[in-house]
Amino acid sequence: MSTRSLFVAVFALSAALVLAQAPNLGKPASPADIAAWDLNILPDGTGLPAGSGTAADGARVYGTKCAGCHGPEGKGGTAAKLVGGEPVKNMSSEKTIAGFWPYSTTLFDYIRRAMPFQQPRSLSNEEVYSLTAYILSQNKLIGQSDAMNAQTLPKVKMPNRDGFIVRFPERTP
Amino acid sequence: MNPMDRARRELETLPAAAGNGLLHRRALLRHGAALAGAVLGYSVTPLAFAQQLTEDSWSRGPGTVVPEAGLRSRFERDVVRTLSNPKGEPRTQHARTPHHLVNGTFTPNSMHFVISHAGDPDIDPDQHRLLIHGLVKQPLVFSLDALARYPMVSRMAFVECGGNSAPLFSPQPIQATAQALHGLVSCSEWTGVLLSTLLDEAGIDPRAKWIVAEGGDAPHLSRSVPLSKALDDAMIALYQNGERVMPSNGYPMRLLLPGWEGNMNIKWLRRIQLTESPGMTFYESRTYSQVLPNGKAYQFYFLQEVKSFITHPSPGLAMKGPGFYEISGIAYSGNGRIAKVMVSADGGKTWTQAALQEPVHSKAFTRFRAPWRWDGGPAVLQSRAWDEAGFSQPTRAQLVAARGQTDGVPPVTAFPSQHYNAIASWSVAPNGEVKHVYA
Ligand code: HEC
Repeated sequence: MSTRSLFVAVFALSAALVLAQAPNLGKPASPADIAAWDLNILPDGTGLPAGSGTAADGARVYGTKCAGCHGPEGKGGTAAKLVGGEPVKNMSSEKTIAGFWPYSTTLFDYIRRAMPFQQPRSLSNEEVYSLTAYILSQNKLIGQSDAMNAQTLPKVKMPNRDGFIVRFPERTP
Repeated sequence: MNPMDRARRELETLPAAAGNGLLHRRALLRHGAALAGAVLGYSVTPLAFAQQLTEDSWSRGPGTVVPEAGLRSRFERDVVRTLSNPKGEPRTQHARTPHHLVNGTFTPNSMHFVISHAGDPDIDPDQHRLLIHGLVKQPLVFSLDALARYPMVSRMAFVECGGNSAPLFSPQPIQATAQALHGLVSCSEWTGVLLSTLLDEAGIDPRAKWIVAEGGDAPHLSRSVPLSKALDDAMIALYQNGERVMPSNGYPMRLLLPGWEGNMNIKWLRRIQLTESPGMTFYESRTYSQVLPNGKAYQFYFLQEVKSFITHPSPGLAMKGPGFYEISGIAYSGNGRIAKVMVSADGGKTWTQAALQEPVHSKAFTRFRAPWRWDGGPAVLQSRAWDEAGFSQPTRAQLVAARGQTDGVPPVTAFPSQHYNAIASWSVAPNGEVKHVYA
C-alpha cells in the first residue's frame, strides 16, 4: 500500500467514525408524507399546484374573506392595501404589491400560507389562484379575464422586478 | 486627613482620559475599593452620612416558601418588556427588552425581545416534527426525542430584529428609552444540534444553494438562507439559557443563525427545504428589504452589523448629582467578536477606550464600561464599537447619507427601514436629565 492510499484509507476510516457518532435517527419521508407541508412556491413557478382561477371568482372570495381587514376592493383597512400604490421613492414610501413586490409567485405563496389571518390554509388552491388573479387584475398587472394557474402566474412580470440590489453579493449564492 | 477624605481627594485628582471627565478604563481597578465605594448608582442618593443601621423587619422571622420555578422580587415588577399589541389584535406583536433596567451580557429568558407576526403557537413537543427535504438524497423527519440524542453544542449569540433602532431614521431624535429605541435585540446561550449534522444525514444534492426554512406558527413564516450559512454555524436551538426555548422565542425548536437578521432565525421551526434558488418569500421580498434614497431597495441584507449603545445612563435613568458614575452599555457584531469600544462624553470630540467584560464571545453581547467623573455640566455620551473583522459603527450623518431618513417624524414603533447601526447619543443636562440627541 502506498503512503497515499494508506492516508486515504485512514481518512475514510476516520470519516466513517465521525459519521457513526451521529445517531441517524431521521425517519425517511415519502413524497406523499410531505405533500401537506410542501408549501414553497419558487419564482420560476416550482411548487405551484394544479388549479386555476380568475378575477371574477376572486372578487367574490375577497368580499367575504378579505375585505374586512384589507378594505373594500383592496383599498386598505386595518391591514395593508392590496390594490394601488406608487413606485417606491425612499424609505417613507409605502411598499405595495404593484409598487414594490418583485415576484408574482410570492402573492400565491403568501396568501396560501398565511391568509386569511384568522384561518390560514382554509382556502382551496382554486380560491388562492382566483384571489391572486383578482389582486393582480385590480392592480392592472393582468387583464380582467386572464386565468392564473401554474403556467401563467410565473410569467406575470412585476413592475419593480429590477428594483433591488443584493446587499452583500459575496454572501449570496 | 482621614482615610475617607484622602480617598475622595485622590479621586478628584485622577487624570482624565478624555474630555468632560472620562477616566481611564482601569482607574477603578487601580484605585480599588475607595473609588468603587464612591461610584454612585443612577438611583441611589448622593454621598451623605449613613443612617444608624438597625435590624430589618424581613429578617426577624423565617421567610416564605421557596417556589418551584423562581420568580423575581416583587420590588422588580416594573422591569418588564413593553408590548406593542397587548390585546393581540390581528397584526404583528412586539415585546422589547428593557436594556436600561437589566445588566450583564445575557438577557433573562422572560425579558428576551419578541416579534410574533401572528401570536405564539401552543406547540405540543411530542407531536412537533422537523422535516428536511428538497434537494437532498433522502428527505427526513425528526422528532424532538430523536434530536435529543444528537451531539449538541452551546454558544452565546445575540438575536436582533433587522428593524431594531429604526426610530433613529427619524430626522429629529425621538424621545424614548433605550428599551423603546434599541429593545429588539437580546442575547442568550443557545444549546442544540448543528444544522450541518442533520443536512449531512439527509445528504446534500450538489445543486442545492439555499435552504428555505419555515415555522409551525399560523402564517408558516418562511425565509431563505444561503446553504453556506446553514453549513457554517447554524443551529437547531432547543435550549435558551439552559431551559427549553421560550414559547415566544420558538419552542420547542428554532433556527439560530448567529449574527444574522432576527426574522431569518425561524421560530417554531418545522421544515427546511433545500433549493437551487431563494423562495423570494413575503418577508424577504417585501418586509425586510430596505428602500434607498434612489428608489432602489436592498435585498438579502442578512448581516447584523457592528453596533453598540449605552444603557447606563440612558433616557429614563436620571443622574443624581455630580460625581463618579460608570458608563456602561452593550456592543455586538454579526461579523464576530467585538475588538474595541470607544466612549466619548463630549459628543465625539474626544474618546477613550472602554473596558470590555471578558470573555468576549463571537456574535454575542459584550458589555463595556468606562468610569466617568461628571462635573454637573452638560455632556453628550456616545459609544462606538469595532469588530474583529475591522468594521466600525458609522456616524449617524454617514449612515443617513447612504440610506436616507424619513420625511417626517414617524411613531416610535414604526419600521420605515432596517439595519440602523450608527453611533447613538445621549445628552446629560445639568439637572441630571438624560435625553436622546443627534450629535
Ligand atoms: C383579520 C384581518 C385579515 C384578514 C381577514 C385578511 N388579512 Fe391579509 N393581512 C393581515 C395582516 C395583519 C397582514 C400583515 C401581516 C404581516 O405583515 O406580518 C396581512 C397581509 C396580507 C398581504 C400582504 C400585503 C402587503 O403588501 O404587505 C396580502 C397579499 C394579504 N394579506 C392578502 C389577504 C387575502 C387575500 C385575504 C383574504 C383571503 C386576507 N389577506 C385576509 C390581516 C388580514
